[in-house]
Amino acid sequence: MSPLWFDIAHLFAAGVLVLSLMLLYQDRITAVINVFALQAVVLSLSVGWQSIVQGAPHLLATAFIALIAKGIIIPTALHRIVRKLDVHREVERVVSGGLTMLAGLALVALSILLVQPVVETADPVAREDFAFALAVVLLGLLLMITRRNAVTQVVGFMSLENGLILAATGARGMPLVVEVSVAFSVLIAFIVFGVFVFRIRERFDTVDVNVLERFRGERREHL
Amino acid sequence: MALTVELALQLLQIGMVVAIAPLIMGITRKVRARLLRRRGPPLVQPYLDLWKLMHKEVVVAPNASWVYRRAPYVVFAATWVAAGLVPTYATGLLFSWSADLIAVIALLGTARFALALAGMDVGTAFGGLGSSREMMIASLAEPAMLLISFAVALIAGTTQLSAIAALFSTGDVGVRVSLGLALLALIVVGIAENARIPIDNPATHLELTMVHEAMILEYSGRHLAMIEAAAQLKLVLYFSLVACLFAPFGMAVGGDQSALALGIGIVTFLGKLAVFAVLLPIAETTVAKMRVFRYPAFVGSAFAAAALAVFLRFVSRGF
Repeated sequence: MSPLWFDIAHLFAAGVLVLSLMLLYQDRITAVINVFALQAVVLSLSVGWQSIVQGAPHLLATAFIALIAKGIIIPTALHRIVRKLDVHREVERVVSGGLTMLAGLALVALSILLVQPVVETADPVAREDFAFALAVVLLGLLLMITRRNAVTQVVGFMSLENGLILAATGARGMPLVVEVSVAFSVLIAFIVFGVFVFRIRERFDTVDVNVLERFRGERREHL
Repeated sequence: MALTVELALQLLQIGMVVAIAPLIMGITRKVRARLLRRRGPPLVQPYLDLWKLMHKEVVVAPNASWVYRRAPYVVFAATWVAAGLVPTYATGLLFSWSADLIAVIALLGTARFALALAGMDVGTAFGGLGSSREMMIASLAEPAMLLISFAVALIAGTTQLSAIAALFSTGDVGVRVSLGLALLALIVVGIAENARIPIDNPATHLELTMVHEAMILEYSGRHLAMIEAAAQLKLVLYFSLVACLFAPFGMAVGGDQSALALGIGIVTFLGKLAVFAVLLPIAETTVAKMRVFRYPAFVGSAFAAAALAVFLRFVSRGF
């Protein structure tokens, strides 16, 4: 493979990772959703580029699904939910911006260190795709842990799933059926989340998940 | 004979940065004023200001020590040396072996140290406040700056600015995410270090928001002129650093010292500076000044981007 092709694959995959870190940095819900949509677009570009490089046309379908479902439908729906819940002006209190970023960077370093020896023999594109994919998955988890707003946690889950797709494109021979079913289950999960968020809102008058902890018997000081 | 020419070329660079620094500052002020629908001062106003300050009497507080009197010259000298070392119109000049990225960072650190000491010397509340804030920003920006230099050095294989510029201008480096992230981080660090708008307002005299201005509040006359000139030089330094690392086209590379190559180098360098001097105020007018407590998040993002640049370099090329 010529270096330029590799460089462009690197560019798109790293773009997904950078946008994952940007998700951690945002503290407004609308900005979080917009960055998530951008991440889905970059992901679909990355997958599309892989399909050209690998000569695998079914990856094009994956890219298309990612673009339509996660680049357009889910962000639009999330914007509507946020508007209906009337939380689109809220500034979310992140645990601590700097600390979260440092933790995120540590996770990126960790995943690179982990993946590097495991797939040493694989070709460089697959190797870096795995490293970035693991990092994106871990950053999605971090986003879900550090945020208190249910909508942001949904975005964290969805960006975690972006990481899975990135890993799947690096591994050759992922059947299209798996892709379609994953995309479908994500859409179903999104609908379930949507209903769930509205139920939380109805019950507790807020989408701050810390309120739920009272019902687990873990009363916190700052409530 | 050859040595004389090389020395002359190096001195031309050192002289050029100090000669155009006020003009570059004048352009940014003019553009900013025009964007705010004001007429703005003429482009040569910074030269006139420096001239006026040089001829004014120096008023020194009675309890000022020698640190207060010497600091402006130290600040100016360190900044001038750093700005004169960064390759501008040609690589491989006489002193370019010493134009190391880490050395430039260290020189700027020296200048900042002297200025912060001077801010605290007289013992006014403002000076101390300014010094403390300046040190807070520096403690965030300097690690980011070092990581940027590591990211660039890992790709180029050297920290010598002249060699990096020569390598990057060949275009063999290709598309690099690491370089993009490093550029982003360098812009944020440059904004923080030059006291530009999201971090500090260079034109403010509102005490709550002052950082740089608070430190130099007690200065007057030629001392103030030295500090102002150093601030203008620092802006040119960051502009030429960005130009040399990320847009090295047009530079006279590899000891090509024909008049044509050098002429192209000088013209493109001045053009790049003018473009940056127009872009900076445009970016500045689109954002609002940040609260002091938001600085760590903003400058920390530069650190994060630079660290990511280093990591990504490792992924793409292995350890």
